[in-house]
Amino acid sequence: MNAFIPAFLDKRLLFVTGKGGVGKTTVAMALGIRAALEGKRTIVCEVAATENASRLFAQSAVGFHEVELANDLWAISIDPDESMREYVLLQLKVKAMRDLLFRSRMFTYLAAATPGLNELVTIGKIWELAQLDRKVKHGRKYDLVIVDAPATGHGISFLQTPRTFASIARVGPIHSQAMQLEALITDQEQTGTVIVSLPEEMPVNETARLESELSGGIGIAIDRVVMNGLYPDAFTKGEVKKLAKLKKCEDSEVRAAGRAGISQATRAAAQREQLARLEQMVAAPVSTLPYVFKPELDLKAARRLAEELD
Amino acid sequence: MVPVEEIIQGREIVICAGSGGVGKTTTSAAIALGMAARGLKVCVLTIDPAKRLADSLGLEELGNEARRVEPKLLREQGVDVSGGGELWAMMLDAKETFDALVARHAEDAEARDRVLNNRIYQQISGALAGSQEYMAMEKLFELHSEGRFDLLVLDTPPSRNALDFLDAPKRLTQFIEGRSLQIFMRPTGLAARVASRGTGVVLSVLKRIVGFDLLADLSEFFSAFSGMIDGFQDRAHRVSSLLSDEKTSFLVVCGPQGEPIDEAVFFHSKLVENGMHFGGVVINRVRYRLGTRQVKVNDLTGRIDSELGDEDLARRLARTLAEYDVLAVRDQKNIEKLAKALNGEPVIRVPYLDTDVHDIAGLGEINRYLFADEADRVELATG
Repeated sequence: MNAFIPAFLDKRLLFVTGKGGVGKTTVAMALGIRAALEGKRTIVCEVAATENASRLFAQSAVGFHEVELANDLWAISIDPDESMREYVLLQLKVKAMRDLLFRSRMFTYLAAATPGLNELVTIGKIWELAQLDRKVKHGRKYDLVIVDAPATGHGISFLQTPRTFASIARVGPIHSQAMQLEALITDQEQTGTVIVSLPEEMPVNETARLESELSGGIGIAIDRVVMNGLYPDAFTKGEVKKLAKLKKCEDSEVRAAGRAGISQATRAAAQREQLARLEQMVAAPVSTLPYVFKPELDLKAARRLAEELD
Repeated sequence: MVPVEEIIQGREIVICAGSGGVGKTTTSAAIALGMAARGLKVCVLTIDPAKRLADSLGLEELGNEARRVEPKLLREQGVDVSGGGELWAMMLDAKETFDALVARHAEDAEARDRVLNNRIYQQISGALAGSQEYMAMEKLFELHSEGRFDLLVLDTPPSRNALDFLDAPKRLTQFIEGRSLQIFMRPTGLAARVASRGTGVVLSVLKRIVGFDLLADLSEFFSAFSGMIDGFQDRAHRVSSLLSDEKTSFLVVCGPQGEPIDEAVFFHSKLVENGMHFGGVVINRVRYRLGTRQVKVNDLTGRIDSELGDEDLARRLARTLAEYDVLAVRDQKNIEKLAKALNGEPVIRVPYLDTDVHDIAGLGEINRYLFADEADRVELATG
């Protein structure tokens, strides 16, 4: 196991974001596994009902419950409707009033029609999970809350939601709560972001743009950029030249091996150029994770990635 | 399996759908280029083109208006457009399109400005759930009505789920025209009650939770929109029917991993259920199997060694092929599963190329697969 513990695991709240298809969920899970191994009580939050966490640990769907996956590692799938219900429960102490509201069609429609409300209550729930003194029944105390956040475009508007609401609602309870959420998101001591990228042109460009929008526009700390899926640099240039000889070989499997070797070396070299570009283009430190040559990411591979994190 | 050209034959609109990160933009641009090379006037509509793709098309930046790719540039890159083909490209700006739509449906300038200047509208018009998807369709509808192009290729917005795209008109119109609005707007609705400082119990509880200020803004927002309901409704209906018109075909773009494949199967069934034309699936980044047997590393190492005289290199190479083959077998299994679920619908496999695609030459490389039949594809990828 890597002796070096990434300092950002000492934060209370980490958002994992990046372009679609770069492996956000994998990195969020690897971070969670790592933090738990370091003895931090950790919860990984999914926000899009993907249930990847439960699948990885071969458990039944976690849903809107805090479920223990491994020692010190928990997961929850945050559902906006449930979050809204819970919010109202905490706001209105009188049961008759709550029942009145839940039964009211006006409330149902207002909740469905108000743009951005789902995002707001989802972030509200994340905030609630990150509290040391939790108000919900049986609420546990977590050292670290990791959010498998939406991809780039949606990710930015997701994190902007509290500010949007704080500015639309100039006064009143929504205003003050939105301000509270905004304060947590922009608290650089407590809260951070990990941006996941891939060693390819477009994801690298998008990562640089995302970093500047998140840190400049939203004001959230960017703790790390993780370059995911890096091929091993398995062959030297001289060796690649030798492989060209195999193209004329009679043995088709040897030819195939030569072809696979050249492909991999070409990709690995191009990836390193992209890694160098990324390191030039972003301000945050860059970590790398190796490509996993497996049909699907399993728990063993996720644990290996967790140990690779530095 | 048929080339993509046969799927597109006779269609005026091709919609490339799929989840984020599967190569939709590249596939859309490649198809547009390929059809331009076959003599059609084609426009590709994209949401977020790689800067380098725009550069390589000789377009400084793509705007909300279609721009033509210089024929000279295409010729230089070996694309033959002597058959009268034209390639155009544009980038969709959801906010601009939304503003234009509001302007179109507003009864007068005052009503238009009331919406455009509403703070809630300003905050959400770009981010409203489904608005980007809906605006893409709206622009598609507008271009199609103009009739300037033989073929429109739409690269759908990146979404977690390809289905978000199909649901977009429904979600947006539900929001704009639906019961939620009516409940605000009818004489006894929320807007009226907020305005008259109503004191009903529900309202007072709502005020307590939401705050009066926000409620007032929301009701103002909904009432500003209310005059446009009919226009929006009619327009959305026509946009929707264009999607299910036989002139329109959907291509599902996906990757070879389990999750994207499952999504493609699901998307196919949804399209069929909604009476839309399903053209086929394009699977990007496929690792074609280079052999037919499982790789035995020790045995293969020996045979490579006898060619190269370097056992260490031979072993690393044998392992590389074995690792590649594990993924190639996975891809093969997933694609077989997909083909079975699609019941004979076209499946086009584009291989995982050694280099990233971000220029016309790269698009041409992809088109060697998209516009080939299956036998040629296999030969190209493994021969």
